[in-house]
Amino acid sequence: MRAFRYHRPADVADAVAVLGAEPQAAYLGGGTNLVDLMKLGVQRPDLLVDVTGLPLDSVEELPDGGLRVGATVRNSDLAAHPVVRRDYPVLARALLAAASGQLRNMATTGGNLLQRTRCVYFQDTGKACNKRAPGSGCAALHGQNRDLAVLDWSEQCVATHPSDLAVALAALDTVVEVHETDGTRDIPITALYRSPGAHPERETTLARGALITAIRLPPLPAARRSTYLKVRDRASFAFAVGSVAAVLDLDGGVVRDVRLAYGAVAHRPWRAYRAEAELRGRMFSPELAGRAADVELAEARPLRHNGFKVPLTRAITVRVLSELASS
Amino acid sequence: MQGGPENATTTDERHSSRVAFEVNGATREVRLDNRTTLLDTLREHLGLTGAKKGCDHGQCGSCTVLLDGRRVKSCLVFAVTLDGRSVVTVEGLAGPDELSPLQAAFIAHDAFQCGYCTPGQLCSARGMLDEVARGWPSAVTDDLSAPAELTDAEIRERMAGNLCRCAAYPHIVAAVRETAATR
Repeated sequence: MRAFRYHRPADVADAVAVLGAEPQAAYLGGGTNLVDLMKLGVQRPDLLVDVTGLPLDSVEELPDGGLRVGATVRNSDLAAHPVVRRDYPVLARALLAAASGQLRNMATTGGNLLQRTRCVYFQDTGKACNKRAPGSGCAALHGQNRDLAVLDWSEQCVATHPSDLAVALAALDTVVEVHETDGTRDIPITALYRSPGAHPERETTLARGALITAIRLPPLPAARRSTYLKVRDRASFAFAVGSVAAVLDLDGGVVRDVRLAYGAVAHRPWRAYRAEAELRGRMFSPELAGRAADVELAEARPLRHNGFKVPLTRAITVRVLSELASS
Repeated sequence: MQGGPENATTTDERHSSRVAFEVNGATREVRLDNRTTLLDTLREHLGLTGAKKGCDHGQCGSCTVLLDGRRVKSCLVFAVTLDGRSVVTVEGLAGPDELSPLQAAFIAHDAFQCGYCTPGQLCSARGMLDEVARGWPSAVTDDLSAPAELTDAEIRERMAGNLCRCAAYPHIVAAVRETAATR
């Protein structure tokens, strides 16, 4: 591992200023991904700015009925928060479906959103990877790509985003609060992530040195009827092979509102707007849910080993929406 | 050096730090290369070899310790971040000549074969039982609004971060179940 300096910033402005002035610095949150990537030589910062001591660890109920969650709130604390459990079960479920008890105690809200893909070629410095080493190629495109993208990938990168939390937040139209050197900015989470395109090394729309300070969940009474379903290769402690975050609001059987997002299918959490449009205003049925998923997945381009992800994602869409409809 | 802090392998001043934190109730002060994990600090600088290095990537759980009372994987924590914090390792779960109820239950239920994962299992179970006492739900909790009942399925899900290559899982579940029932 490359030797690094360590800095505990006095405040958010200090953190952002130091990152802005140090091209090879990185923020350190819970460390569950970054420390591992430093051991693997995938990330090689020469300075760590530890943000866990900043006063960003509170969950605050907002006057409009929404919820602001500080960037350093740990995943386990957020999942256990009574308001999250009552008003946003999809969020609690996504958090609880991720990692292990120990890792949820460590992982932060902001860090979770900025974790890196678990594509094995990205994590192996001996393999070609445009995300890790731009221009080196993509060993995954014709390699073992069972776990990788079926939507919106490019010849340069077929990685998926690994976060469960981000999928739930995409369904909830979460806003990400960011501090940059020249001020603060609100970014809808669906605009935080980029498609891989020709530059998979650019994963977000954040400026260099930007620090996520909080996320803001808008009020969404319908989200009391919401859930997250994650399919993985073993019963627990594994990344998603497919996942769905769903909010469903029915009025006499007719879909008044629906929010749907997919995990493990693309370079970013995939908000299924086209499926939602297909569902909204129609009498709910499992058949309708299946047709909506078909519309969303029409543009899927499976790789050699992951064709199963298309019917899998369709099946879990039908299952989750049907369960919500009958709950 | 003043106060006789344990010496560590260091690079230069810029890449090393002096850290003081509590381990099993005693304040320890060390100068460390910033790259040193809590796990390596415990094992190689403080003589506490209870926490084990299995995968060193946060996947096996054998390095689990309690940090400010919460279970964490010590292989993914840089010790430089710990100034003023408090760590409890398997050596601190009970006095040197006694067993905690959890440790006694592991023996009574034969909850290990080789024992390599056991320190991590014990610290993890200790932290997990505190989480249950605080009413935290898990992925297999049906009703998020009610306190979870500690069924075997709940124990298995909550202990998923600790692997046992000897597959002593049924006995680990039994030991944890008994400890939870008698708390």
